[in-house]
Amino acid sequence: MLGLDILIENWQILLKALGYSLLVSLFSFILGFALASLFTVVRLFSSFKVPKWAVRAYVETFRGTPMMVQLFFIYYASPAIGINLSPFQASVIAFALNSAAYQSEYLRAGLMSVPKTQYEAAESLGLSKWGAVFSVVLPVGLRASLSSLGNEFVALFKYSSIASFVTLPELFYVARYIAAGSFRYLEMYTVLAIIYVVIGFALSKTFRKVERFFYVPGLMD
Amino acid sequence: MATMVQSFFPYIHIILDALWVTIALSIAGFSLGFGIGALLLFLRTFSNRVVARAIDGFIDVIRGIPLLVMLFLIFYGFPALGFQIPNMLAAALGMGILSGAYQSQIFRSLLHSVSSSQYESSLAIGLSRWESFRYVIFPQVLRLSIPALINEYTILLKDTSVAYAIGVTEMFTQSVHVSQVIMSFTYPLLFVSAIYLTICFSLSSLANHLYRKLSYGYSIREHIGG
Repeated sequence: MLGLDILIENWQILLKALGYSLLVSLFSFILGFALASLFTVVRLFSSFKVPKWAVRAYVETFRGTPMMVQLFFIYYASPAIGINLSPFQASVIAFALNSAAYQSEYLRAGLMSVPKTQYEAAESLGLSKWGAVFSVVLPVGLRASLSSLGNEFVALFKYSSIASFVTLPELFYVARYIAAGSFRYLEMYTVLAIIYVVIGFALSKTFRKVERFFYVPGLMD
Repeated sequence: MATMVQSFFPYIHIILDALWVTIALSIAGFSLGFGIGALLLFLRTFSNRVVARAIDGFIDVIRGIPLLVMLFLIFYGFPALGFQIPNMLAAALGMGILSGAYQSQIFRSLLHSVSSSQYESSLAIGLSRWESFRYVIFPQVLRLSIPALINEYTILLKDTSVAYAIGVTEMFTQSVHVSQVIMSFTYPLLFVSAIYLTICFSLSSLANHLYRKLSYGYSIREHIGG
């Protein structure tokens, strides 16, 4: 069968490579989420202008430049200022910085979909500003941004393929190696595309499950 | 530091010349994607359930393939089938196919804002399915999707940098080449970042402006409902 023997022959290294792809995506997603949460809080609830502008500039910059440029900058330009990063570290940092910008947009949209009346009601019940934010706005707003965050993770997984340019042995890197070694480019890249599609589907199905788990009937309408 | 900036100056024109390759590539990919997206929308709207499901499945599969894999599949995989494609064409093709899947999603998400009675009335006055799609439904969908399409274009513009992988001499590729010559990545990469940022930022500001304008004047959604 076309390409199937490639899969059988190389499944061990491909599996390891898949592990790298998933690990890079997961680490950068989590790191990006932490940064994005911070940014979102600053953007929506801070009473100071300067940090708000700084976050806005950050988000626009990272959304307005290609991830390739960001990755190359972090990996190839950082030694000039004395920082030497491993391919894995560089990929995680670049993807996390990029993802933070996107995730903060999704979080912001989610939090902004919470009606202002909920916040006012919480304050009138005697909650402090941050009390209202943490126990009223966040639980609702996070649920609203869950589906975009899931999409972001899948997008990150697909984009992790560019980590091959900084020699991280993830899926694409390994597939390229196998293809070049066997001269079976069409089969290998078809198999690779199928792997990405299948894992991507599985990931988005999982996120759909998570979404349903946190779903509260009648909360958002 | 100052000497490093100076060593970069003589090479700036190489990067600027390649800006046109980047723009040409992104426009080619976008146009192809637009055609594919509109066609998929037409097929999906006027076909029976089974075909519509098949088209949805096809779109989902295409969207699951990373651009980098798509480009390699076309550029290195297709020669095994007997056609050899120049890298620029392979890049435009790969980006176009992926963007087509995304653009059809954009159109589809806005289709419901055009009332189905419009389609029925256009059939009633004697237009064919294609004509009612072409002259009644699609122009309205298109009008509403302009902001999202502009955003899709900025994504394509940034994604042209992935064509570096198959050796297209677009702006990012050239900036890497220049970096290798002057042995410093800092300034060439900052320079191209600034160019990408300027274009993307202006386009997304335009998209936001249009979004506000277009949704304001749109009567069908407000008065008839979707």
